[in-house]
This record gives sequence, structure tokens and C-alpha cells, in this order.
Amino acid sequence: MIVRALITFAGLCLFWQGLVSVFQMPPYILPGPGAVFETLIKSPDLFLRHAAITAVEIVLALIIGLAAGFATGVLIWQSARAERWIWPLLLASQAVPVFAIAPLLVIWLGYGLASKITMAVLIVFFPVTVAVVEGLRRIGPYWPEQAKLMGAKPWPLFWLVQLPSSLGTIGVGARIAAATAPIGAIVGEWVGASGGLGYLMLHANARMQIPTVFAALFCLLVFTLSLYGLVNFTTRKLLFWTEER
Amino acid sequence: MAINHRHIISLTVTASGSGYPADLFAPSELTISGGKTTVLVGASGSGKSTLLRMLAGLEPVPSSFTLEGVQDSFKRAYMTQDVRLLPWLTVERNAGIGNRLRGEPEDREGVRTTLSKLDLERDAHKYPSQISGGMAQRTALARTLLERADLNLLDEPFAALDAITRRNMQDLVKQHFEGKTVVMVTHDPLEAVRLGDAIYVLSQTHSGGPAALSAANGAGQSPADRAEELFERLQGS
Repeated sequence: MIVRALITFAGLCLFWQGLVSVFQMPPYILPGPGAVFETLIKSPDLFLRHAAITAVEIVLALIIGLAAGFATGVLIWQSARAERWIWPLLLASQAVPVFAIAPLLVIWLGYGLASKITMAVLIVFFPVTVAVVEGLRRIGPYWPEQAKLMGAKPWPLFWLVQLPSSLGTIGVGARIAAATAPIGAIVGEWVGASGGLGYLMLHANARMQIPTVFAALFCLLVFTLSLYGLVNFTTRKLLFWTEER
Repeated sequence: MAINHRHIISLTVTASGSGYPADLFAPSELTISGGKTTVLVGASGSGKSTLLRMLAGLEPVPSSFTLEGVQDSFKRAYMTQDVRLLPWLTVERNAGIGNRLRGEPEDREGVRTTLSKLDLERDAHKYPSQISGGMAQRTALARTLLERADLNLLDEPFAALDAITRRNMQDLVKQHFEGKTVVMVTHDPLEAVRLGDAIYVLSQTHSGGPAALSAANGAGQSPADRAEELFERLQGS
């Protein structure tokens, strides 16, 4: 898998460099991969500092989004009344683009971490909630019937049967969350921040430092892929009994 | 441990009136004796599984039915051909899941003994994906036995197994449900004859007369003859 990823990456870099060479792109429009990596190597501290800020935002948003999505999903699954109240709100939250409310969030929550984390949580929350509800609803009648005959109590039934049964679907929600959480953090940083890869990209763009923009994008790409890989790995470890990995 | 099944002396199922589902049931009355194995045979759609699910309390009992002697307090165990072992739990944990689901301490000794009886002790720590279909059925049987139910309901539990495994499973049922109240549904007349203390042929026609074939009635007949008689009844049902 690593070899395949490296070959793909090398191929993309070659294609990229080919575009730059063939069309003789100036560096302020499209720098070549060499220029981007040179920028990255020249000032690693700068990129590490900003990447750390964005990473904290994304990881915290993912944890909060997963926890809130899980709790809401369980609530909707358990209670028809909760479903009737919460679903319209959830759908309404998806009808309004998060990008549209980003400036408001910065005004309400400030330029610090809170507004970026909230943005990312809003993006992550919906797929996780839907995955939890769907996963728990797909269990089928067999085990609820057995549980009834066995005199099962709700909590042991949930932890021993219902939750593990739904982990596959919940894992899908978690992977989508890991892949989309960075969007919220970056948009939040664009709207108003004093640090982070989004902030760095915005400032470099304004100064026509396009290699810096690309280097920041590269850092974001590496982090997002690593996060996705970690969530994917964790999900597979939790679902050790499934054949399809 | 007290053996609860002794509480059951007999259960009587009576169907009266007409229309679904009463029409599905002939004989209109059948008796399930405590401590015995009662087998229900019949063609597909004759209502065997519906009756079993009613006895399990998993289906509502229609007004045209009376389940006499069946109490809500009866502990029931229900085993089907689809055993649905939990793939994240070992054989041992699957067998003893009842106690854990009730929030009671695990009966490790009971589980070990039961697995040993079913020749599963060496596989106790394996996961369902690591065992064969027959072993999975034995694990489900262990799970059913460990429930120590008053009423054991088996709905074609071995229908999906090959002939040899099926035969072995029948032997295990015969051995380990001895003296327990069992109601079993099967399509297989041979299985019915091997396991049943009393056999009922369920028919949709109501024309079969007294359709109970008790094992005692078959005294003097060879198992093959009794199975042949059952085949004939099933064909006519």
C-alpha cells in the first residue's frame, strides 16, 4: 500500500512538473513541485507551528463531533419523540452551508480555537449521527427476540450486542468525519484566525507566495491522510471479526 | 440448581373458529407434556413456526387460540437454524451470553461443563469465524442449554446442516434435553421419529382426523416404518 501511494505521488509530481514545463507557468501561478518542497524544507518551523494549530483544531473537532454524533444518534434511535424533534434540526443544519455561517461563528466565538472547532464539529456531526442511527437500526429482529427471551437488561444488551453490531456502519461515519473535519478548520481559519495552515495559506496567497500556499496544502494533505489512516486502522482493529477489511 | 422444567406438567394448544391462523392448525388441539420432546412436523406454511413463536411469546396469540398452562413466568429458550453467534465473542462467551445480558455473574463452571459435554472445550477461545457450521450449531445448543429454560423451543435447528453433522446434533439433543420440556419443529420425518416422544403432523386441511402420532402409538413399529407413516401423512396434509 505504501509503495502504491509513493508511486501515485511520484506520478502526480511528474504530471505537475510536466504541466509547469510545457506551459512555462510562472511560479506565482503554478510553482513546480521542486519549488514547493524547497519552500517546505527551508522553513520547517513555520509549517510545523501552523500545522500544529490546525491539527489540534481538527483532532478536537473530530473527538467532539464523534462523541456528540454518537450520543445524538443513540438518542434518536432510542426515542421516537427525540427523533421527531432532532431530525428537522439536523436537516436544517445541513441545508445551511457551514461556510455561510463561518463569519458569524468567528464573531460569536472569537478568533481562537473555539470557532474553528465548532465549524469542523458542524461538518462532522451529521454523517456520524446518521451512521449511528442507521447502524443501530440495521440489527434485525433476531437478537432483540433472543434478548427478550433471555431477560436481557438494556445496558448489557447495548454494549454486548447492539453497539458491536452497528460498529461497521459507525466506522463509515467516522471515516467520512476524518476526511471532512479539516474543511471546517481551514474555512474557520480563512475567516478569522491568528495561526493555522488556513491562515498561512491566506496570507501567503495575498503576498503571491504561491509555493508557500502549496507547501501548506501539502502539510494539510499529509495530516488529513494520516488522520484518515489512523481512524481507518482503529475501525478495522475494532471490527476484527469482519472479513472485509 | 433447581430444574425448572418440572414446573411444566402439560400445555394444551387449542385452535377454534375459522380464518387465519386457526385454519392453519389441524389437529385443533395438541398437548405438550412436561419433560418430553414434542415434535411438530408439517408442510411449509402449516403454521409450525408460528405456533412455536406463539409459545415463545414472540407472536401475539390470536383470539382463536388458547394456550392452556402457558405462563408468562416460564423461562423459554428459542433456537433456530440461523444461530447468529456474535462474531466478536468467543465460543465460550457466546455460550454464556445469557447471564451477561441479564447483568448476572458469568457461570464459568456451567459454561465449561456444557462446552465439554458438547465437545467444544478445546474451541472455547475461538471466534465464530474460526469454527465450522456444526460447531456453531453446537455453540448455539450450548447457549440454549445454559439458559436452563422451562420450555425449550427448537425451530428446525439443524435444517442447514449436512447429514452427518445433523445426525450428531440430533444425538446431542436427545442426550442433553433428556427429561426437559422441548417443542421442536422439523420438516424431516426421520428427525421427528428419532427425537420425538410425541409427534404432531400439522395440516391445513383439517381432514386428517386425529393427527397426533405419539411415539407410544408407534410401539411395535420400526423407526423406518414410523417415518414412512409420517411421510404419508405429510403428503396427505
